[in-house]
Amino acid sequence: MVASIREYRAKIKSTEATKKITRAMELIAASRVIRAQQQAAAAAPYARELTRAVSALATYSRVDHPITTEPENPTRAAVLVVTSDRGLAGAYSASVLKEAERLVEKLRTEGKEALLYVTGRKGVAYYKFRQRTLEDSWTGISDRPQYADARALGDALVGSFLTEDGGADEVHVVFTRFRSMLVQTPDVIRLMPLQVVEGEDKPESGEALPLYEFEPSASEVLDQLLPRYVYSRIFFCLMQAAASELASRQRAMKAATDNAQELILHYTRIANQARQAGITQEISEIVGGANALADANAGSE
Amino acid sequence: MSDPLHVELVAADRVVWSGDASMVVARTAEGEVGILADHAPLLSLMVPGVVEVRTGGGETTRAAVDSGFLSVAGNRVSILAEQAVLASDIDAAKASKDLEDAEKGDLEDEAALGELRRARAWVLATERS
Repeated sequence: MVASIREYRAKIKSTEATKKITRAMELIAASRVIRAQQQAAAAAPYARELTRAVSALATYSRVDHPITTEPENPTRAAVLVVTSDRGLAGAYSASVLKEAERLVEKLRTEGKEALLYVTGRKGVAYYKFRQRTLEDSWTGISDRPQYADARALGDALVGSFLTEDGGADEVHVVFTRFRSMLVQTPDVIRLMPLQVVEGEDKPESGEALPLYEFEPSASEVLDQLLPRYVYSRIFFCLMQAAASELASRQRAMKAATDNAQELILHYTRIANQARQAGITQEISEIVGGANALADANAGSE
Repeated sequence: MSDPLHVELVAADRVVWSGDASMVVARTAEGEVGILADHAPLLSLMVPGVVEVRTGGGETTRAAVDSGFLSVAGNRVSILAEQAVLASDIDAAKASKDLEDAEKGDLEDEAALGELRRARAWVLATERS
């Protein structure tokens, strides 16, 4: 009986330690979500100005560029899957991967072969375990993406898209959209061929775009502008994914902390019961012993 | 007199500088351009270099940018660059070291050449201010 009290005490102690850890992780994730949101807000002006410039070009000159032209019969599609580097974020990576699998399946029924590009250790591990070949992968950027990372990803994807033979005919991105602290949903966007004037903040329809002069020429500006537009969209996806990952980790850790608290209560109750049972038994033993002594003494006298 | 141009200097991950100015000088692929009020709408490629923003009060803000875009429309000037830093925020010692390193690099290589141009722009921005 005494042993079982000790057992429960040990369990309570270890659960308390776990609870402290999950609580700390929850708080860290919470503060990082805010930072991730600020980062996303800080990057918004660049994306907005770039979108304006692209739409100006699209309106006033013929947008005829490999990045915006639909290939005639697409046979290969690159899929960029944005997952997390670390676990303990609930179903975050699992749901992105599920969405990615669905997309790959859909592409296959359309007769397109999927070329996988993966960010995040979780995704890499998932595909490695299933022995699927990855075209390329990046790790170590999931919770704090920098523009340079987006650029590296973009370079690879644009490069593959512009390759005539063996390259991708279209490029999709699977990432998690951050809708609110409570809701993050896996989402797919088609990055290339680019549909100009789409996206988060297209200029209002009433706003007339000025007649631009292009230096050195419209096509050269376009050559520079479109890849950057792609990079900026990838950056946007990475930032959304980072905020989602952190929000999802915060929620998972909150649930873990709550569960730990419940377990502690449960164990404390059992430990108290065991302690009480032990005391009751001791009292009844003492009373029983005293009675027996008293009876024996009464008998002998 | 309030300054007629509204200028936004935007890097990929943040707004570097934004405010009103009377003139903007930047280096485009065609050469240096000065933008004054009521400039015709322009969308131009920039090469790595120094951007100067002059206000009516005679103050000049300098920033180093790597290649990007200059867009002018209706007295709104937006300067978009993947990297942009105000001259006052550049670490001069680090900038000149970067330049030295870049000069040693392989100049046939596109990326190394880009880095060299960027490093030169950074140093230039610190020297002029």
